[in-house]
Amino acid sequence: MAEAILQVFRGTQEGEGTYQDYPVPLYEGMVVLDAVHYVQAHYANDLAVRWNCKAGKCGSCSAEVNGKPRLMCMTRMDQFPEGHPIRVEPMRRFPLIRDLVTDVSRNYEINKRIQPFTPKPREADGTYRMQQYDIDRLQEFHKCIECFLCQDVCHVLRDHGRNDFAGPRFMVRIASLAMHPLDTANRLGELRDAFGIGLCNITKCCTEVCPEDIHITDNAIIPLKERVAGAFYDPIAWVWRFVRGKKAGERQAD
Amino acid sequence: MDRYETHEHDVIVIGAGGAGLRAAIEAAAHGVSVGLICKSLLGKAHTVMAEGGIAAALANTDPRDNWQVHFRDTMRGGKMLNNWRMAQLHAQESPDRVNELEEWGALFDRTEDGRILQRNFGGHRYPRLAHVGDRTGLEMIRTLQNHAIHQGIDVYMECTVSHLLKEGDRISGAFGYWRETGVFVVFHAKAVILATGGVGKVYGVTSNSWEYTGDGQTMAYMAGAELMDMEFVQFHPTGMIWPLSVRGILVTEGVRGDGGVLLNNKGERFMFNYIPEMFAAETADTPEEAKRWLEGDRNARRPPDLLTRDVVARAIRAEVLAGRGSPHGGVFLDIANQRDAETIKRKLPSMYHQFKQLGDLDITTQPMEVGPTCHYIMGGVRVDAETAATCVPGLYAAGEVAGGMHGSNRLGGNSLSDLLVFGQRAGAAAAEYARRLLKIPDIDAQEVEAAAQYLVAPFEQGGTENPYAVMQDIQQCMEDHAGIVRTKEELERGLVVLEGLKQRARHIKVSGSRHYNPGWHYAIDLRAMLVVCEAIIRSAINREESRGGHTRLDFPETEDALETVNTVVRLQHDHMICEYVRRPDVPEDLRKLL
Repeated sequence: MAEAILQVFRGTQEGEGTYQDYPVPLYEGMVVLDAVHYVQAHYANDLAVRWNCKAGKCGSCSAEVNGKPRLMCMTRMDQFPEGHPIRVEPMRRFPLIRDLVTDVSRNYEINKRIQPFTPKPREADGTYRMQQYDIDRLQEFHKCIECFLCQDVCHVLRDHGRNDFAGPRFMVRIASLAMHPLDTANRLGELRDAFGIGLCNITKCCTEVCPEDIHITDNAIIPLKERVAGAFYDPIAWVWRFVRGKKAGERQAD
Repeated sequence: MDRYETHEHDVIVIGAGGAGLRAAIEAAAHGVSVGLICKSLLGKAHTVMAEGGIAAALANTDPRDNWQVHFRDTMRGGKMLNNWRMAQLHAQESPDRVNELEEWGALFDRTEDGRILQRNFGGHRYPRLAHVGDRTGLEMIRTLQNHAIHQGIDVYMECTVSHLLKEGDRISGAFGYWRETGVFVVFHAKAVILATGGVGKVYGVTSNSWEYTGDGQTMAYMAGAELMDMEFVQFHPTGMIWPLSVRGILVTEGVRGDGGVLLNNKGERFMFNYIPEMFAAETADTPEEAKRWLEGDRNARRPPDLLTRDVVARAIRAEVLAGRGSPHGGVFLDIANQRDAETIKRKLPSMYHQFKQLGDLDITTQPMEVGPTCHYIMGGVRVDAETAATCVPGLYAAGEVAGGMHGSNRLGGNSLSDLLVFGQRAGAAAAEYARRLLKIPDIDAQEVEAAAQYLVAPFEQGGTENPYAVMQDIQQCMEDHAGIVRTKEELERGLVVLEGLKQRARHIKVSGSRHYNPGWHYAIDLRAMLVVCEAIIRSAINREESRGGHTRLDFPETEDALETVNTVVRLQHDHMICEYVRRPDVPEDLRKLL
């Protein structure tokens, strides 16, 4: 049977960590997560890894495979050239816990700081009415499985360590609230100040790694940037609001 | 002994899928302090994998629907073994629970007039499932999660609970460990809600994740609660079967709800040959009628591809045994010839993606190969219908970990609604119980000490067994001896094999430290797996008939006399006792609906 060498990062918070080579038998349709499980069962019972659904739906098994952020459960072994080791390492942007597991708690803290969904009242018949074409673009954002690969690859976070930027995941999350037909809250101020949308310079690295093919930059970040710019940096709009006594970003009554 | 942390709450909820999150939200709304404990990260629980939809008689898509029809479908789908009161509450309250999700930000697919769209599913008479393409579970868990984080609930992520604690007969909390550090934790609480999900990981071919090892069922059983109907395991008829790597991964019933048909290797729609008498009156008997139904003719009856899961899974097995199966031992599921590519990609995006990426197959042009996969357990902790309370004061159970709601077979879509309806009820009841209890029961130091000893034992006992190997052999045992069809002989052989596995589980070797060590985590999970395996096998031996998810080759008929009894197992003097208890009678006014 054909074999591959899986080169797995092993390490803890203390020390540098090392790459260890494990030979793994290949079979049809095998994914990197299968190979990692093989290593766990046969060579290293204590190899730390996160996973749940093994079907690309939960976003737990994020890692960097041959240097590229990916879900291990959706990464086929047969796409890599034969005879070369396949390197598996943790998401480098996040603090290491152990082996392939990292501390992603910062993401949960940011999410908590976002103003919650604030719906308008129901229609007289007790329902909410929304048209499918109005929510299509939001359903794209709701596909996010919180794998945090976009947070891993974003150079504002990764190379520049700018913790004042919430990161692509949360731009998508805020977009999904800001464009929600039922939501009434004004999020433009926090978007500019607390979540640092201005720091994104639209290099689209996040869009490239998204396993759900969400057009993070084009459909979420750029429209939000436009709204922020319109609300805070458009002099005519500023005068108009001043005259009418409105706040920047306040939602139109409809 | 080892040092441990202590956290005190009025109510702790173990498990953060749909039921756990909904329970925590409700308890918090009642003004008590709530701790929510997740085995994984928040938002990764098994609910996230649910695909097809949430069943609720909103009557948006077909005005003929109402709770009475939903109740009827649920009872008939469960082959009348359901707790009728749970089925009734579920049918009555699920529309409110779905509407509430919308108020919390969920975006379901819409009807033409802007309301929540509903889709057809197996066993549901009318289109009933509120859905978001084929990723409804993700929408549900994310909505609950994003709502819950603003309710003042303390969330404990990657923390495994292994033992319940009691003062006398009464719950006083729970004990477990942080996965990251291996540090022990005592949760000191007045009430505990179990929302730990199912047991699917005890089977080899399963749609369930590593978390599904029966922790809640086992802790409840050890604490003196009863497990009911454990013989009823649901094998979902359509799991992926090829390539090997994806074996068991779910293919949503929504494929058939949206028009997909099952075919054997002769290209025949074999389901027309497997229509049970009970459903004959409401099932199409020709492909022509099925086609009219798909085109929206309200007078046409539903195609047999949408019969209940137990019926379809058995039919697939029979076709394969008769030599009419697909190349890799399943049957074909075809939607390519029923719907245009655009519709398929819009309504079933993750199925399209999943097959394309993992199976090199385009479902808009080619049929899928599918076969049964372990998906759900109908049985679980025996609870009171109104409050989700177990017989242990202070202990509640909701969602898949609880039994009774689904009888001997669950309808697709009834799980997500079950989580919401009984999660809410458990949260309210546990909060009320905690408020009435003036003093928090004491923690018994000896009990904590014993639990800690148990957890560190794999490091200290000098064993030789590999936890992964023992887990794999447990799965093989269940596949071989307690699978989709059973006989007394096989089941009893299974018990013998299980005894051997119990011995091996006592001699596990764990290497490394307690710091994020999956080998150690699995070693601990084995105990729960062995308990639920024994409960499944003993219950399956006990029930000498075939009904719903339980098929006995040596007792192929459904016995009327056994329609009125549920199997219960409990712990008595260190032994598992298994016996029948009488099922509550359906009141006359509801019986008329059936």
